[in-house]
Amino acid sequence: MSRLSIAAGALLVLCSGSAMAQTASEGIERYRQMIAEGNPAELFEAKGEDIWKQKRGPKKISLEQCDLGMGPGAVVGAYAQLPRYFKDADRVMDLETRLVYCMVNLQGIAEADAKKNPYSTPERPSDMESLVSFVTAESKGLKMNVALSHQKERDMYQIGEKMFYFRGGPHDFACATCHGEDAKRIRLQDLPNLTNQKDAQRAYTTWPAYRVSQGTVRTFQWRLFDCFRQQRFPALEFTSDAAIALTTFLAKNANGGTLAAPALKR
Amino acid sequence: MSIKSVTFLVIPAATLLLTACVTSLSEDDAQQRAISMMKSSFKAEGQASLDRLNQDNVQTTCSKYRPGEAIPKEVADKIEKAQFASIQYPAKLMGDWKAGERVAQIGTGFQFSDGPTAPVGANCYACHRMSKDEISYGTIGPSLYQFGKLRGTSQPIQQYTYGKIYNSNAFSACSSMPRFGHSKILTEAQMADLTALLLDPASPVNQ
Repeated sequence: MSRLSIAAGALLVLCSGSAMAQTASEGIERYRQMIAEGNPAELFEAKGEDIWKQKRGPKKISLEQCDLGMGPGAVVGAYAQLPRYFKDADRVMDLETRLVYCMVNLQGIAEADAKKNPYSTPERPSDMESLVSFVTAESKGLKMNVALSHQKERDMYQIGEKMFYFRGGPHDFACATCHGEDAKRIRLQDLPNLTNQKDAQRAYTTWPAYRVSQGTVRTFQWRLFDCFRQQRFPALEFTSDAAIALTTFLAKNANGGTLAAPALKR
Repeated sequence: MSIKSVTFLVIPAATLLLTACVTSLSEDDAQQRAISMMKSSFKAEGQASLDRLNQDNVQTTCSKYRPGEAIPKEVADKIEKAQFASIQYPAKLMGDWKAGERVAQIGTGFQFSDGPTAPVGANCYACHRMSKDEISYGTIGPSLYQFGKLRGTSQPIQQYTYGKIYNSNAFSACSSMPRFGHSKILTEAQMADLTALLLDPASPVNQ
């Protein structure tokens, strides 16, 4: 914690007086670097590993035989290749959707129960956030490599691209309104252009992330859910096809980027 | 059949087959599948009902273009003409710039997380530089600093300013800016207050 408070102090100094010339985003970047070694996401990774190995559900089986796309039980590198097509489910799936699939089909947990708590509140922690932290951390340092080798993966990419430009709601917003041009920002927040490879890599490889402002790890599906909230759309359903299509589009655009998730964000 | 004519038949067939292996959806198919997939992937929450996914003509057309991409002239003309016709001007176009400044700062309204009594703002600063003192501004839209100082407060300028807030697409087809009056986001009084914020010589925008 002392490292956190030193970093917070450093941030205050950066934002005052003579240091004002330095942009706020540079200050935040330095703050991130200073506490990166002490990312609280590590607690979620450890808890997620415990949950992964626990015998759970009516079948009293762990998730250790869950096939994340590289064979049963193979976790290292799996996140770097998701979303992908799974023959057993005949569906393109992202990480969260696949975890739900394994809970249902391997452990015998009811689908509604497996999906009911994807985003934690301060009173109600989420196993999903911990599991996602564990699995993604096992791909840290590896390069994003979404192959789109199956026709259904290519279809999802194309459909996801269309969704990215879909304008709707009372405000006419699309994902592209904020994330379709270089070097834009909302207030002081820099916005990645998710159609530009460099920005897409930087953004995608740092999700999921421990959000300091929320005190928890947020998953990529949460990121999409919260973007749509701000777009004034209705609520994106967890593990829905639209979430997977958009994730396929964004993950593929980030190919070649080195995974650094779970990262640390404001 | 000669060898030559067989070759002529086989090569195009093989090319067709190869193309089929990496086939992609047509633009229309991808768009239709995206729309139907979205309709089955969202649920109504709070004030955000599913009809928000039903696009009007402007939204449908503008979804075909990237932000900043030039819209073909005939497409833009058609949108601008139809959207311009929908603008309703109040008797008094300029309200109170101080009230306008509050509306420009507020970022809530219409999100499913906003309660029914949450204030509805225009959130101008999210995208525009407006004044010298507010340094927390975004850059999706152009700077509006000194908007009125550069243009004056003549009746046509007041009408243009109010009209642009009411329906941005009447002047710039597929603008990223919400159609605040057309889509009933802001009240007449709020839009008049914003017009004053932009035009009143006493407003911080014009200092």
